[in-house]
Amino acid sequence: MVIKKDQLVKQLKSFTINFGPQHPAAHGVLRLVLELNGEIVERADPHIGLLHRGTEKLIEYKTYLQALPYFDRLDYVSMMAQEQTYSLAVEKLVGIDVPERAQYIRVLFCEITRILNHLLAVGCHAMDVGAMTPMMWAFEEREKLMEFYERVSGARMHAAYIRPGGVAQDLPVGLLDDIFQFVEQFPLRLDEIEELLTTNRIWKERLVDIGVVTAQEAIDWGFSGVMLRGSGLPWDLRKMQPYDVYEKVEFDIPVGTNGDCFDRYLIRVEEMRQSLNIIRQCLNLIPKGPIKTFNKKYTNPSRVEMKQSMEALIHHFKYFTEGIQVQPGETYTATEAPKGEFGVYLISNGSDRPYRCKIKAPGFGHLQALNNMAKGHMIADVVTIIGTQDIVFGEIDR
Amino acid sequence: MKLFKRFSKHLANLLPIIAIQQIKNEWIITVLPEHLLICMNFLKKHIGLQYTLLSCISGVDFLGKDYRFCVAYDLLSLTFAQRLRVKVFLNEITPVTSVVSVYPCANWWEREVWDMYGIFFENHPDLRRILSDYGFEGYPMRKDFPLYGYIELRYDENHKRIVAEPVEFAQEFRFFDFETPW
Repeated sequence: MVIKKDQLVKQLKSFTINFGPQHPAAHGVLRLVLELNGEIVERADPHIGLLHRGTEKLIEYKTYLQALPYFDRLDYVSMMAQEQTYSLAVEKLVGIDVPERAQYIRVLFCEITRILNHLLAVGCHAMDVGAMTPMMWAFEEREKLMEFYERVSGARMHAAYIRPGGVAQDLPVGLLDDIFQFVEQFPLRLDEIEELLTTNRIWKERLVDIGVVTAQEAIDWGFSGVMLRGSGLPWDLRKMQPYDVYEKVEFDIPVGTNGDCFDRYLIRVEEMRQSLNIIRQCLNLIPKGPIKTFNKKYTNPSRVEMKQSMEALIHHFKYFTEGIQVQPGETYTATEAPKGEFGVYLISNGSDRPYRCKIKAPGFGHLQALNNMAKGHMIADVVTIIGTQDIVFGEIDR
Repeated sequence: MKLFKRFSKHLANLLPIIAIQQIKNEWIITVLPEHLLICMNFLKKHIGLQYTLLSCISGVDFLGKDYRFCVAYDLLSLTFAQRLRVKVFLNEITPVTSVVSVYPCANWWEREVWDMYGIFFENHPDLRRILSDYGFEGYPMRKDFPLYGYIELRYDENHKRIVAEPVEFAQEFRFFDFETPW
């Protein structure tokens, strides 16, 4: 009997593996069920929710002010950007204006946050792909930026600094000088990181033409931020629907051409340079003046006042226990967080607590396209795609 | 304001809309669940609207109302830099049509609403729970679901595994009503 060769070949079904939830390249607690054909990914099914803390439910039981620190803990690498979104939403509901100095401080720190986030994104992305050094250098710079956070709010990460009605405290003396010094030296550090990556043959081999997203696909999947700009759409909420003082500063929006991972990496680096640009302008333009709204219903009295005046003491106590009263209404406020459009859908029913606070996390929208982006790629490219999406589980699982 | 007046007048002629409002300078339309899909299709493809991007879908529970649930779709028009919110009101038994066929990114957002509120989406390709634990029961974001849930998990040293038990409080859950009495 002759055995034909094609009878010997075993027909293998696709091979299913679990990627994570403890894999270091999964950026936290992503459980990815991958169906593989050899090394080719046929289907990727992300299982999320392992870090679900019920933030939205908890906020319904807190006053408007107590809800603020939860926003630090969503995307824990771009803290102040989310505080700002929430503060803007509350300000919109109660209809208060923020003094100009406070707006400049917000923009200044949001751009610091953007650098903070992109440094981690690029650094960790490089480490996932195999380059160790950029991450070390990026974290060195991140430490300096987190020192600015600490000096202004007392906390390195979870600042709770940007509050409805302004910011918590005025800038300490000499902080702006130090930020200026940072701005002066940082482009050099950025050049060093770029020197290692941008023209690196291995880095390019791993990133170019991986996870290509066309402009149409990016819109269909509801992308925002760098993911949308990487596909060639010049959409940035800071320009299109400006908030705070973004109208008064000049900056460019970097846009990709191919929509692959390499474009998105280049955009992140360029955005850091643009952020530096904005910071420099803020340092020059920042006026003197109050840092909280004049409407005393929505701000706490200063420490000195509180110690000397009976009424201020009562006001202080009631502000921190009762919180603020918000008229009935609803708003969807979105800002350009480093990862994309971060939105807060806030409904108030006239009481001192939010009736509903829906958090639109950019990462949630991006991760659901992982299956489409990773299909047909090698398993090692899945890591690259997760890295380029800049996934942080705090915001996705909420 | 003028723009909104013109917008509302035209849209009311074109679509079966129940209500059209402007709250805090944001445009909101309310439609019946059976008209949702055609309305979304229209809003996406009409040359003068082009709401091509779906930002997010949120569920809201208005406990005690006849139409208890509300599903809000936040749309964004990249061409006109304009946002619109489409709302659908439902009671506990009416399902709502899935808009995945129009906006592919609605997939996970609808799964989340299903997970959190138990609102059923018809024709959804893959309606599984998404954020809650495997085997979780109940809809945690509903207003009648307690903040601390019903079940707590702990590691049992004797059985060497995780056990699920009903929640036990050493102290009753405290809820302070700070509403000003004057």
